[in-house]
Amino acid sequence: MLLLLLGIIVLHVAVLVLLFISTIVSQWIVGPGHATDLWQNCTIQSSGNVQHCFSSSTNEWLQSVQATMILAIIFSVISLFLFFCQLFTLTKGGRFYITGIFQILSGLCVMSAASIYTVRHTEWQHNTDYGFGFAYILAWVALPLALTSGVIYVILRKRE
Amino acid sequence: MAPGDSPATPIPVLTVLLFFFLVLFPAQAIVVYTDREVHGEVGSKVTLHCSFWSSEWVSEDISFTWRYQPEGGRDAISIFHYTKGQPYIDEVGTFKERIQWVGDPQWKDGSIVIHNLDYSDNGTFTCDVKNPPDIVGKTSQVTLYVFDKVPTRYGVVLGAVIGGVLGLVLLLVLLFYLIRYCWLRRQAALQRRLSAMEKGKPHKAAKDSSKRGRQTPVLYAMLDHTRSTKAVSEKKSKGLGESRKDKK
Repeated sequence: MLLLLLGIIVLHVAVLVLLFISTIVSQWIVGPGHATDLWQNCTIQSSGNVQHCFSSSTNEWLQSVQATMILAIIFSVISLFLFFCQLFTLTKGGRFYITGIFQILSGLCVMSAASIYTVRHTEWQHNTDYGFGFAYILAWVALPLALTSGVIYVILRKRE
Repeated sequence: MAPGDSPATPIPVLTVLLFFFLVLFPAQAIVVYTDREVHGEVGSKVTLHCSFWSSEWVSEDISFTWRYQPEGGRDAISIFHYTKGQPYIDEVGTFKERIQWVGDPQWKDGSIVIHNLDYSDNGTFTCDVKNPPDIVGKTSQVTLYVFDKVPTRYGVVLGAVIGGVLGLVLLLVLLFYLIRYCWLRRQAALQRRLSAMEKGKPHKAAKDSSKRGRQTPVLYAMLDHTRSTKAVSEKKSKGLGESRKDKK
């Protein structure tokens, strides 16, 4: 039982870490000499390690990607908080519905962020030579993990 | 507009302000306010707002002056002048047919509208107000940017999405708890009434068995039934939970 509890918490924290990394790290789109994330647009000089970063465009879709990523983090944090609350207050045999709902919401937010980025990134990405970076992939990885952990919360019953 | 009642409310405020500033800051000059920057679309119009604060009353000789300095240019040219109740549009520059006076000195407003914007209108507009005898003071500048399509300001969509979704979730949670609270209260009231009826049953039955003798047992039976099913379902769920836990 304790192992299960630990596993759930580790899964949740992993989702949170993934969300934070994918939101912060400047690797959503990488190409030779440049890297872009939700917040800034960096070019790397080939001669040295000098980086020049400009704030990203004010495109509406990019802003909604930023917003949904932040919402995903907020919901996941709320979910973790609620989990600990429910762990101590829930009656025996109750389910972690609210925790699960918030975690699933977080997953849906990540999903919408990643899909909007996939569809609309050409509107603010003008370099033609690029590929998706690891932060983008981590956002996609966070989606199934968040959904899984949300579903586990809903199925789970409290023992004591 | 009734001229009698519009200054009625500002008078006490103004006197307090006047007292405050005259006593505490004797050397108070005129202060002019404009936006910091204005965005416009090509071909559309844009309003350049200008207002001021002055320790003196708005005088008859109040004058507004708008000057324009093109982007990268050095000299500012006067493009608009308002004095003695009359607007004058200067005959020089590219704005002579495109400026419209929309201000009202009574409301301390010296705004102008520029029609039919063009890319060459990018630049700085300076608003200068003289309200004799209060004529010393800083001017205020507004920078005009003309765009093909006005870009969204940074953070507008971001804030709207976050605020909207969080507000919606909060509203739903509140609604859920409100409905649950009402439902629980109704349920509790029903329970109380039923238990009261149950208690009063033998008493009532003895009192008028002919009238309610039929009704009460039906309700009682219903109550009994719900209780028994509840107990059964609880037992069931408990059993299920137990078996699941055993599996884990």
